[in-house]
Amino acid sequence: MGNERLAIEKIKERIGEGAIAEIKQFRNEVTIVVHKEAILEVAKLLREDPVLDYDFLSDVCGVDWLGKTYRFEVVYHLYSLQHNSRLRLKVRLEEKEPSLPSVVEVWPTANWHEREVFDMFGIVFTGHPDLRRILNPDDFDGFPYRKDFPIR
Amino acid sequence: MAVSERMILNIGPQHPSTHGVLRLVVELEGETIAKVTPHIGYLHRAIEKLCETKTYLQCIPLTDRLDYLAPLSNNLGYVLAVEKLLGLEVPRRAQILRVIMAELTRISSHLIWLGTHAMDIGAITMFLYTFRERETTYDLFELAHGARMNVSYMRVGGLARDIPGDFLTRLKAFLDELPKRIDEYETLLTKNRIWLNRTRGVGVLSGRDAIALGVSGPNLRASGVGWDIRKACPYSAYDEFDFRIATGQNGDVYDRYLVRLTEMRESINIIRQCLEVLPEGPVVADDPKVVFPQKDLLSTDMESLIHHFKLVAEGFSPPEGECYVSIEAPKGELGFYIVSDGGPRPYRVKVRAPSFVNLQALSKMAEGRLIADLVAVIGSIDIVLGEIDR
Repeated sequence: MGNERLAIEKIKERIGEGAIAEIKQFRNEVTIVVHKEAILEVAKLLREDPVLDYDFLSDVCGVDWLGKTYRFEVVYHLYSLQHNSRLRLKVRLEEKEPSLPSVVEVWPTANWHEREVFDMFGIVFTGHPDLRRILNPDDFDGFPYRKDFPIR
Repeated sequence: MAVSERMILNIGPQHPSTHGVLRLVVELEGETIAKVTPHIGYLHRAIEKLCETKTYLQCIPLTDRLDYLAPLSNNLGYVLAVEKLLGLEVPRRAQILRVIMAELTRISSHLIWLGTHAMDIGAITMFLYTFRERETTYDLFELAHGARMNVSYMRVGGLARDIPGDFLTRLKAFLDELPKRIDEYETLLTKNRIWLNRTRGVGVLSGRDAIALGVSGPNLRASGVGWDIRKACPYSAYDEFDFRIATGQNGDVYDRYLVRLTEMRESINIIRQCLEVLPEGPVVADDPKVVFPQKDLLSTDMESLIHHFKLVAEGFSPPEGECYVSIEAPKGELGFYIVSDGGPRPYRVKVRAPSFVNLQALSKMAEGRLIADLVAVIGSIDIVLGEIDR
């Protein structure tokens, strides 16, 4: 549990308490919910600080909480090869403005993951080098993983 | 002669060397690749969305259809994630059998990879040899699970059924046979001059780039990074077994070949250790709210009948929460992120498919190289479009 705690402390210390919206723990997995304005700074800190060293971005995905104030969540699963530690980062987005900064410059692997979130949820990653649909055809209408997209 | 302009070459989605329905748009300057743009999604079936409409148990057959060359690994990753959500303990016999099946799957998956990859480069004979051994692994799967390909053998809490009596004997016979066969493959390839020319120094990926691009599994280890989830975060019973993590140095197509060959040998080693410690006992957890009762109890025991009815009619409901569990699948880090809203169906299932991420590294490996190397590089990544497109 050590490195996750350290990450929280460092975020508070370097970026400010205001960057963190919520901290959750379930089944020994720590989730840090950060405000979308802070995501890029937090990502850089977690990636570049040698003590934290979250160098491996396993996954980025979207979740649609239709009906809630913050309809969308973008979830990042980080891993540190050096410290063998996992951490979940989360950003909550309102329906009327589903956009947030891209982290491709921090973890190049985010490129396709963010394209998939864009493709499936219509969430826009600003600063992404090549934000196109990835699994659906380019002329596809709608965002299929949204909860209000019919299954049939 | 000066090169006047770039030529655009389309490869796929129907092309034997793209291992499925991958489409590549290649920009060429002469014979040199200037740019590769992969286009994916031809096999997209919205498996993640389908999971949201099914009970937790009904999702298991869908996982078979991700990496369809390693269905048992997909089953395992999924049930581990659900078990973590539930906080469920799995009996030891089931844990060991899961390791046996996962390693047998690794062997099976690597055998197909070796056969098709070698055939792509021109060594057609390899395909015939490796498919012979792969056939035996499928016979074993059929014996234990009743199906050859889409097995759906794992259950939340354990396994669908115990292995039949002659399974272990036939497995042992296969384990005795396989090392000799791998030696045979090596005599055909490892020091073969043509093979070396086609694979050495081709498609090089540095360890640093591999990590930045999220590459995992044999591809990452061939680049010299010794990260294996079976060692780093052991699941099932992997912490009990002694095995070596194969790594390469150059991160080229040849090293990826060597790493996977060593992994097959290590898998044999792990299964042998499993056989030594495999205990008797149940293969599913004793939790009637999650695990189906024994069939014969349904006609005599009222409570079992009620549990069975409830499990079929509405399923079980894990507590509200979220879990990410990843395993070392044959192709790399296979992760399942499952969000539960406390209902009987998953609120969201996200599959972190290793092939999807590994394919991203293709441009890095192939750009600046000759067009003839492209086929070797694609083969060496070992992709399965089933899990890329999901």
